[in-house]
Amino acid sequence: MATELLPDGTSPEKSINPLFKWLNDRLDLVSIWQLAQKKEVPIHKHSIWYYMGGITLMFLIVQIITGILLMIYYVPDLNSAHASILKINTRIDFGWFVRSLHCWAANLMIFVVFLHLFSTYFMKAYRKPREITWLIGMGLLVLVMGFGFTGYLLPWDQVSLFATKIGLDITSKVPVLGDQLATVLRGGSIISQNTLSRFFAIHVIILPLLLFGLLGIHLLLIQLQGISTPKSIKVSEVKYEKFFPDFIFKDLLVWILALNVLFVLVTFLPWGLGEEADPFAPAPIGIKPEWYFLAMFQFLKLIPAYIGPIEGELFGITIIGLIVLILGLVPFWDTGASKKLSKLATYFGLIVLLSMIIFSIWGALS
Amino acid sequence: MEKVSKEWKTTDSIQPVGRKQFLKMVLGVFSLSWAGMALYPVYRYLSSGNSDATSAESNVSSVTVCKVAELPVNTGKNFQFGSSPAIVIHAQDGSFHAFKAVCTHLGCTVQYRSDKSLIWCACHGGCYNPDTGKNVSGPPPKPLPALVVKVENDSIVVSIT
Repeated sequence: MATELLPDGTSPEKSINPLFKWLNDRLDLVSIWQLAQKKEVPIHKHSIWYYMGGITLMFLIVQIITGILLMIYYVPDLNSAHASILKINTRIDFGWFVRSLHCWAANLMIFVVFLHLFSTYFMKAYRKPREITWLIGMGLLVLVMGFGFTGYLLPWDQVSLFATKIGLDITSKVPVLGDQLATVLRGGSIISQNTLSRFFAIHVIILPLLLFGLLGIHLLLIQLQGISTPKSIKVSEVKYEKFFPDFIFKDLLVWILALNVLFVLVTFLPWGLGEEADPFAPAPIGIKPEWYFLAMFQFLKLIPAYIGPIEGELFGITIIGLIVLILGLVPFWDTGASKKLSKLATYFGLIVLLSMIIFSIWGALS
Repeated sequence: MEKVSKEWKTTDSIQPVGRKQFLKMVLGVFSLSWAGMALYPVYRYLSSGNSDATSAESNVSSVTVCKVAELPVNTGKNFQFGSSPAIVIHAQDGSFHAFKAVCTHLGCTVQYRSDKSLIWCACHGGCYNPDTGKNVSGPPPKPLPALVVKVENDSIVVSIT
């Protein structure tokens, strides 16, 4: 295809579509189109991992649409929250479908985010000039986990109440500002209407605004710097394909496949709703957090109450914090200059990934 | 492909659809079906919520408004009748009249004006006869729907029939 052709296959001079001409006179669409034609994506044996970011974006779009729909019937009030979710699940047409889409897509999105994180980590895509993209990606991971944590309380069922209690308790153990942060998030010393209102505002306004900002920079940087090719792939082995239409259409196909996985899960395993939360009832037997917090939960459970003079929880949180810090700052200690450090980064990543898998399975089985 | 289309041309005046054109059409049809499949549940979701609140209220057939003594002669009282506002008037001749209080012009809620002895709408100045509900001046095109008033045990009871 010649570069000067437009999406409709005609050349810009001969284009007779008056709407296109009107827009082009003002927005210079032809230049944008020519720029898109020049954009290329590398093809090699690891290029399948390039789709993970795109799938995450697709699930995010599902989350935004279903989130807006849920907000129409959801009531963030202590006495109505559970009833409103029950109403969505049972009395609103396709309500169960919309809510299940939101819950399942959230979980799938977090799963794909982890795949995206570890695939870019092991391909060492974080190295210069992509350090900022990596750091913003880590920030986005924190936001996504925040979405999971705040959204979990909103149905106001028994499990969500206790998951929030535990989560905020862990937050309060963080040194220096942890206690203050937990109190501000909780809106007092106990989980109440204040907590529900705060979590609702954080979930539907604060986190989305932060996410759009960071995601915008993340995507812009990818456009500016292009997609990284792993060092292990020889330059002669790399082929390139056009971003548009080749990669975009493959991306769309993968999106449809991922959507189908989502629809199958939603249809055969619709998301349920537990008993309404009772702050004065005992914690349900066998209560566990969502799978993406499970490794952390299991790890903290293993630590004794005191390690020397330090409280066990504090010790555990410090270890987890250090791991996240080392992972987040990897572009600055594995710059590609030293083979030793490069190997160390790979082993460190492998150990983190394996322990996450082992602790999660352990947590799920115990 | 080219050969086939030439043969077609010679035997038939209808232009065959090229592969590119065909795939474009397939893409269009699939996209439209997808859009329809996605939008139908959304439409049903959005349009199903309002039924339960209004259906319970619209089943109301009779309302006890107040005691007779609470409604002096030449006054009116607005009240809720099922899901819509209504008005009861104690006329100067001592009789009671009740109507749906939704102005037939643009749906504002009407009130009784003792100074004019008329049912009046504050939005555009429409006036109705307080005895019959007939539209007497201003923009309303139709009279107010009438309700039945009975006095039972010294209370004013308004009903549909």
